[in-house]
Amino acid sequence: MNQPTPTLHGLGAEFPSASALLHAAEKIHALGFRRWDVYSPFPIHGMDQAMGFQRSRVSLFSLLGGITGLSTAFALIYYTSAINYPLIVQGKPYFALEPSLPIFFELTILLTAFGTIIGLLLLTLMPRLHHPVFNWERFKKVSDDGFFLVLEAADPRFQPEASRQLLGEIGGSQISEIYQDPELVPHPARPEKEGSV
Amino acid sequence: MRADNASAQAAFAKASDYLERQPLVANHRPLSWITDHVCRIVEQPAPIWWWVSTILFGAVATLVPAMLTYLVSTGVGVWGLNVPVCWAWDITNFVFWIGIGHAGTLISAILFLTRQKWRTSINRSAEAMTIFAVICAGIFPAFHVGRIWFAWFLFPIPNANAIWQNFRSPLLWDVFAVSTYFTVSLIFWYLGLIPDLASLRDRATTRFRQMAYGLLSLGWRGSNRQWTHYEKAYLILAGISTPLVLSVHSVVSFDFATSVVPGWHTTIFPPYFVAGAIFGGFAMVLTLLIPFRELYGLHDLVTDKHIDNMCKIVLLTGSLVGYAYSMEFFIAWYSGNPFEIYAFTNRALGPYWWAYWSMITCNVVAPQLFWFKYCRQNPWVVLAIVMFPNTGMWFERFVIIVTSIHRDFLPSSWGYFSPTWVDITLFIGTIGLFVFLFLLFVRFLPMITMFEVKNVTPQADPHHHDHPTGEKTSGHHSIPAKAHA
Repeated sequence: MNQPTPTLHGLGAEFPSASALLHAAEKIHALGFRRWDVYSPFPIHGMDQAMGFQRSRVSLFSLLGGITGLSTAFALIYYTSAINYPLIVQGKPYFALEPSLPIFFELTILLTAFGTIIGLLLLTLMPRLHHPVFNWERFKKVSDDGFFLVLEAADPRFQPEASRQLLGEIGGSQISEIYQDPELVPHPARPEKEGSV
Repeated sequence: MRADNASAQAAFAKASDYLERQPLVANHRPLSWITDHVCRIVEQPAPIWWWVSTILFGAVATLVPAMLTYLVSTGVGVWGLNVPVCWAWDITNFVFWIGIGHAGTLISAILFLTRQKWRTSINRSAEAMTIFAVICAGIFPAFHVGRIWFAWFLFPIPNANAIWQNFRSPLLWDVFAVSTYFTVSLIFWYLGLIPDLASLRDRATTRFRQMAYGLLSLGWRGSNRQWTHYEKAYLILAGISTPLVLSVHSVVSFDFATSVVPGWHTTIFPPYFVAGAIFGGFAMVLTLLIPFRELYGLHDLVTDKHIDNMCKIVLLTGSLVGYAYSMEFFIAWYSGNPFEIYAFTNRALGPYWWAYWSMITCNVVAPQLFWFKYCRQNPWVVLAIVMFPNTGMWFERFVIIVTSIHRDFLPSSWGYFSPTWVDITLFIGTIGLFVFLFLLFVRFLPMITMFEVKNVTPQADPHHHDHPTGEKTSGHHSIPAKAHA
């Protein structure tokens, strides 16, 4: 039986600051890489343009949520007050726009919020219990003061040696291989600690 | 000439000291310092004062279930309510607590949309305060319905009577407004917590913490593919929370304004209630933040400038409610309606005069002290002054509710309301519950939004080129040089 070989997720590099990471991202984007990402403790202004992102589609989900909310509110009030059990209260019409507005408004807001949060979770693929980048011990700094760039091995332009050199040229340090299954990595290259949530 | 130059230079230097914008994080703290100082509140063993105060306020909070059990098992009569005053302390407390919540949403949403960067270090705790205040608020109308086990009739769920809710009633609008407000505030708060929960996960030293914060942070890894959607979602939630927060207190004010009771039936109510809510809410934010900033040494994050800004908002909104009070009187007189005129003279000079003048002193007079820089700059003076709005806003709701209905159209049905011990104890219980929940929050969750604070430091600006000291050349030095030329 052959020893199973570990699968490489990608190469990670650390950058000293937000501006260094931004410039590195511009270069990687210019080289045409597609499967890569930058990681930072806070959103970096201008990073979306540097990585060539389109506008986020979360707003589409919000709009769908809002439309659902408004039509639900209308259907609810109209059906219950004017169709299912019309009841005269103080001689007022069964259905009128004015008294319905507060509930139209509130349900629109409520379902817009639901739509937004569902959209966010779908687009960011959350919740997610594990990700290969967490196998890199140094990556713990990402939520503190670390700025990282990870090139994925799945990218067609990825070449283990050339990409390592590239990351060094654009200012990256601490360049390391990130494995999907670190327990299979032979000892010297093995990360200090296995997996984190 | 030389002396002139020197004095001009000194004057410029002094002026530029004033003109220079104070940094939002004092003392050029590095990013890791921010993480460290916020996370260690959660990570280190709880200090003695935390245990003492949590046990104390937790004990006071038990008065809530105790009083509610007594109320439900005996009947709503144990509250001092009776015709003609059927809404009294319970609705006063409801409006008081829901109003306090408004400052949290104002800070997190409206100040976000208006790009007030100083909001970053206070928004988390203010939003937490919102949620806890709405929890306290919800207790009162829910139990005021009398037969609490039928409270689900408030929601459009098919029931055995086959009757639906009356969607023309402002009380039903209130159900929708408050429950939407609570849900959206909770979502917004949790969304803001995700990156900070990831910080706690990454710093966790025990397996339990790693699992708990790991699950709560939903697998957040700070990648830009996440940030881009995250920022959009945050912006949208801020955008919808802004009209929401304005609507909630407007809908609360409709409970009164759509009735025919003199003193309630006024068009000024929605803006007046919203201004009052923000006023009372900011006073409560200051009340909570000043002690915690001292106890946890967070002076570099919640700076004197933050407190100064909040005092100015208290001054502004306090003056707005003062204007509303006088405008109510003017309109009552101008309307020529004897019932209106009587309702307002009765407020100021009738049997509840003490409540009215407490309200004026606390809400209109006391905040005027914030015109003085000394009062805004000294945290303990601020803390003393904001106790007045905290009290005054309770009196405002009491004055509006009780003095309007205790004497309306028919003198034969006039009455006088006094609270019972159950009213008083339940209200004290909710104060205990509020502080208790807040103490739990500071212990288990990061009380300052670390990622947003980091984002407003100079290091976060991608066009900032790292100077070893983190200082940039500022106008400070160049102005005197120009004076020379």
